[in-house]
Amino acid sequence: MAQETLLKVSNIDVFHGSFQALWDVSLVVKRGEIVALIGANASGKSTLLNTISGLLHPAKGSIEFEGKNISVLDPFQIVTIGISQIPEGRRVFPTMTVLDNLIIGSYNRKARAKKEQNLKMVYELFPILKERKNQLAKTLSGGEQQMLALGRGLMSDPKLLLLDEMSLGLAPIVLNDLYKALKEIRERGITILFVEQNVRRSLKEADRAYIMEVGRVVLSGDVAELREEEEVKKAYFGV
Amino acid sequence: MEVLAGLTTPIVFGILLGGLYTLIALGLSLVFGVMKVINVAHGDLVIFGSYLAFAAMTMLGIDPILSLVMGMPLLFVIGFGVQRFLLNRAFAVSLDAALLVCFGLSIIFQNFCQIIWTPFSRSLKPPYALESFSVGVVNIPLVYLLDLVTALVVMLLLREFLRRTYLGKAINAASQDTKAALLMGINTGRVYAFAFAIAMAFAAIAGVFLGLTYPFTPTSGVAFLIIAFGVVIVGGLGSMLGTLIGGMVFGLAQTLGGYFLGAVAQMFVAYILVFVILAVRPQGIFGR
Repeated sequence: MAQETLLKVSNIDVFHGSFQALWDVSLVVKRGEIVALIGANASGKSTLLNTISGLLHPAKGSIEFEGKNISVLDPFQIVTIGISQIPEGRRVFPTMTVLDNLIIGSYNRKARAKKEQNLKMVYELFPILKERKNQLAKTLSGGEQQMLALGRGLMSDPKLLLLDEMSLGLAPIVLNDLYKALKEIRERGITILFVEQNVRRSLKEADRAYIMEVGRVVLSGDVAELREEEEVKKAYFGV
Repeated sequence: MEVLAGLTTPIVFGILLGGLYTLIALGLSLVFGVMKVINVAHGDLVIFGSYLAFAAMTMLGIDPILSLVMGMPLLFVIGFGVQRFLLNRAFAVSLDAALLVCFGLSIIFQNFCQIIWTPFSRSLKPPYALESFSVGVVNIPLVYLLDLVTALVVMLLLREFLRRTYLGKAINAASQDTKAALLMGINTGRVYAFAFAIAMAFAAIAGVFLGLTYPFTPTSGVAFLIIAFGVVIVGGLGSMLGTLIGGMVFGLAQTLGGYFLGAVAQMFVAYILVFVILAVRPQGIFGR
């Protein structure tokens, strides 16, 4: 496993208005890893992803990507430096075609140059998207829309993919395909940080995991260690 | 047959007039579709466009349609600046704040026109504005035909722009889901500025053709804003095709209403139609 630090979140506090959503959160993602961010609803997982993406800015602490402080950048600048978020609920553009959804993914200047190359990669990962490229996105099934959301995110030529609740509302069999695709995406040199409510599944698919509760990271480590951790067993597996 | 022959004139005029209404409503519809704000200054900006052409004609002797090579870029730049430095900041507060900014712009442009060009009625009357030609029983003024042709050309160009260019796709994407657009690396503030600028360039076009078709005063904007409202309500706010169909339906309601109930009733009939559409299909004929 590569050891170079790609993303380093250090002691951040984040507020929604006057409500503090994150408390002194720290997290590290190394190049080539698949890292899971686990926790119940409203534990701050999505807030953390949105802060990394620049939709929110930390009141305290820092976020470094490839050694540079990015906590003051705007969302479109974050995408350009190589961080792409696939939002919860997929949020494909419903009345645009599958192909146009993918093309809009390559909006940032850097990605435009590699549009054809990335489109080829996306079609290899998800051949169904090529078949349906001229259909409107809203006509796709939930699983296909998630593939489209993933493909659209990959079109921005990311180094780090942030995935928010990919499994929401999807059948297990569809999920298996998506997790297989994640492994392939990692093979292509893209690092992945994903948010998930399903603890068992996350600990199976990731290399390392962070567990969050009400805005704080309460546990972290290799998934093998976490599986053995008494607290995790008690809290999440009920044994 | 007698009745049908008599109906031909109002039907043809309704459709042609619909072209002008489409042109006027297009900018309003685009701004609402992308930014979800109703630009209540739109009518005044259209009339400002009419006055720019009037100034070009009277001071420089330039044909009103040709003067668009100056009028469009000027309003484009004004629109870009307004969105970038006023409306985007207002959005950060609330949509209500943006609406207030638009209201302020309306007053500013109205008074600006009044100060510079006086409150007297003006019109754009190059030689061809008085030309007309006959098709069967109908005598059509040339400018009415120009209204419709221009509306169709502008609609077509806008559609191709939205479909084919990165910026067009980004405008489309930002109008469908702002958060997702941000996460796709789209600088939505900049995209909004372009959308507003394009809408203002359309206002310049609409202003010229309005001035060729009707006389105008600095306060005419209000009347045409209300017509544009009617058009987008009928067609569906934010739908481009809806704006075209809405323009035609509104134009037809006006001319047919005038034919059956007399000239005083024509706008009355058109607004009754707006009420009916609001009651039966509030999202408009082509609304999502």
